[in-house]
Amino acid sequence: MDLDLSSVEPFRAEVREWLRTHVPAAPLPSLEIEEGFAAHRAWERELYGARLSVVSWPEEYGGRAATPLEWLVFEEEYYAAGAPGRVSQNGINLLAPTLFQHGTPEQLARVLPSMASGEVIWAQAWSEPGAGSDLASLRATATRVDGGWLLNGQKTWSSRAAFADWGFGPFRSDPEAQRHRGLTYLMFPLDAEGITRRPIGRIDGKPAFAELFFDDVFVPDRDVIGEPGAGWKVAMSTTGNERGLTLRSPGRFLAAADRLLDLWRERADPGDTALRDRVADAWIKARAYQLKGYETVSRTDDIGAESSINKIFWSELDVALHETALDLLGPDGELEGDWLEGYVFSLAGPIYAGTNEIQRNVIAERVLGLPRAGR
Amino acid sequence: MKFILDAEQRLFGETLDKILTEADTPSVIRGWAAGVHEPGLALWRSLAETGVLALAVPESAGGAGPLPVELVTAFHELGRHAVPGPYAETVAVATLLDRLGDELERGSEWLEGIAEGRVVASLALPTLPALPAPAQASAPYALDADAADLVLLVDGDALRAAAAGEVRASLDPARRLPSVVAGDVLAAGPSVAAAARVACDMGVLATAAQLVGVGRRLLEVSVDYAKARQQFGRPIGEFQAVKHHLADALVGLEYARPLVHGAAVSYGSPDFGRDVSAAKVAASEAAYAAAKIALQVHGAIGYTDEYDPSLWIRKARALHSAWGSPAAHRARVISSLAGA
Repeated sequence: MDLDLSSVEPFRAEVREWLRTHVPAAPLPSLEIEEGFAAHRAWERELYGARLSVVSWPEEYGGRAATPLEWLVFEEEYYAAGAPGRVSQNGINLLAPTLFQHGTPEQLARVLPSMASGEVIWAQAWSEPGAGSDLASLRATATRVDGGWLLNGQKTWSSRAAFADWGFGPFRSDPEAQRHRGLTYLMFPLDAEGITRRPIGRIDGKPAFAELFFDDVFVPDRDVIGEPGAGWKVAMSTTGNERGLTLRSPGRFLAAADRLLDLWRERADPGDTALRDRVADAWIKARAYQLKGYETVSRTDDIGAESSINKIFWSELDVALHETALDLLGPDGELEGDWLEGYVFSLAGPIYAGTNEIQRNVIAERVLGLPRAGR
Repeated sequence: MKFILDAEQRLFGETLDKILTEADTPSVIRGWAAGVHEPGLALWRSLAETGVLALAVPESAGGAGPLPVELVTAFHELGRHAVPGPYAETVAVATLLDRLGDELERGSEWLEGIAEGRVVASLALPTLPALPAPAQASAPYALDADAADLVLLVDGDALRAAAAGEVRASLDPARRLPSVVAGDVLAAGPSVAAAARVACDMGVLATAAQLVGVGRRLLEVSVDYAKARQQFGRPIGEFQAVKHHLADALVGLEYARPLVHGAAVSYGSPDFGRDVSAAKVAASEAAYAAAKIALQVHGAIGYTDEYDPSLWIRKARALHSAWGSPAAHRARVISSLAGA
């Protein structure tokens, strides 16, 4: 057992140097508003130019075949440098792994390079008004027609969909099938004929997500991922990524904990041991998440349902860390700024990607082996 | 970089698990609590045969160490089986003796005895020298000194021989807490202070590993109980309220383990003290949370003296504060990070 990172130090040094000379001096506007979305898209293109937008992908799609450890190191450097949030992350982290597992060579060649460059930004379209935690009750339909499918119904809480270019998600293709059966996983352009999108202001008013209405939207066969009818299996290969490390890398929280320490040095009353303890806890937990990441990439087995353990941990850490920052800021904590933006973002963490209550059920049943039951 | 136990380290843990399962530790604990030390000392000797007591003793003195990763692997199992005895204290004494080397007349003799399991040692640290000044307060006891062959007292920058005084009872029946009667000064000066800081950190590291093991066992027995215990015509483990408690216990323990391993790996680096304190905070909180959940899931039976899981529940609370409370170790983490 060791933590010898010397083999990845050259890569770390290269990434650090590039970021030092390229990260915008002033923070970009919020990526949840139109102006900020465009600025973040341009930043994705710059990253892509240095082959740093998707380091873990194969070279043919714009990556550099980085190992999982190199990816962890990239993320540590990225967030330590204060680099912008990743407007492309839902495509890179949620769709691309699904395509690598279930996509055709044609789909990989068509979808991945424009995703890597930020030319096409992807939005996840899973939830529906009647299907949140209970995703299997989704009702939006895909009806077989000559050469493809017609989509009808409604999706909602689709992150980034207010300004994104394409969406992806499961649709019910067999109206007779129940629950997890008879679903098909599809990709579609958000400006397709028959799609109406209505941006939704999140809790601070920024249009961070949207609802989508489908009225006979035609999708050709080539935009089906995996087998028609096997959409649940295809979708679930995404949730492992989403709850595991890739959606929220340890680097994010390490960098935030370091900034919290700076804030504590600047603002804290040294006698306030209650706040001091919370700052210590934030740092300890960020460190724990980093070490857990090193542990995960050292394993050869599939972490499976254990990814739910990660999702609970980072989402609760993110909230606690930002709450502590706002408390350190005192009366300034309610003012617009980076910490407040981070706080608002963190509040969604325990809800999206499967609520933390669902994750606890998953852990209890699939990791601890407790009996399943009617809820 | 490979941040998981290798096959040999895993096998070592499995071997200890087997020995300790066969040893029926609850009966050993109950004897130990009543002052009947022999079964516990016999277990001490059989653990010494597997090399557990040699892990903090250098090879030059007849040991196999220092091997911090093997050490935390062993202490995880000691915690899972709630083995009674001054194991963490003996590790700290071994570290102290090793660091002081020739300054102590009988140092190498004692070290050899510890490695072979012939010398059971205990240590009183009335202050925890590794922690920043305001967080140093500790207790003037030497765990199980009444069963020990060698009792030492760190008194400022003096190391003294000591003898067991009056035994105080702990919430954890396996922890007998004699006060100490100070004896001769064996060594004094800055080298004692420096050695005591590292010894303290090794004791903290061993205790953190033990806590994770205590918490793991509590989660294991609680999951088993929740599967078996029926109420309202179904196993209580079907209820989400119970499931969510147990899931939370797992989350805490899963993130304490990498901190313990990380601290073991950083032995000898400037970050060792900080990492040890971070591990102790997480292990204390995770094990104590698991203990409260175990008590709640078991209900009234868990609140009884005679039901074995209560031995672990009580140990989790005692070790939560032993070797420095979480608050004391948080203060250490912050002062290391902020240079305060």
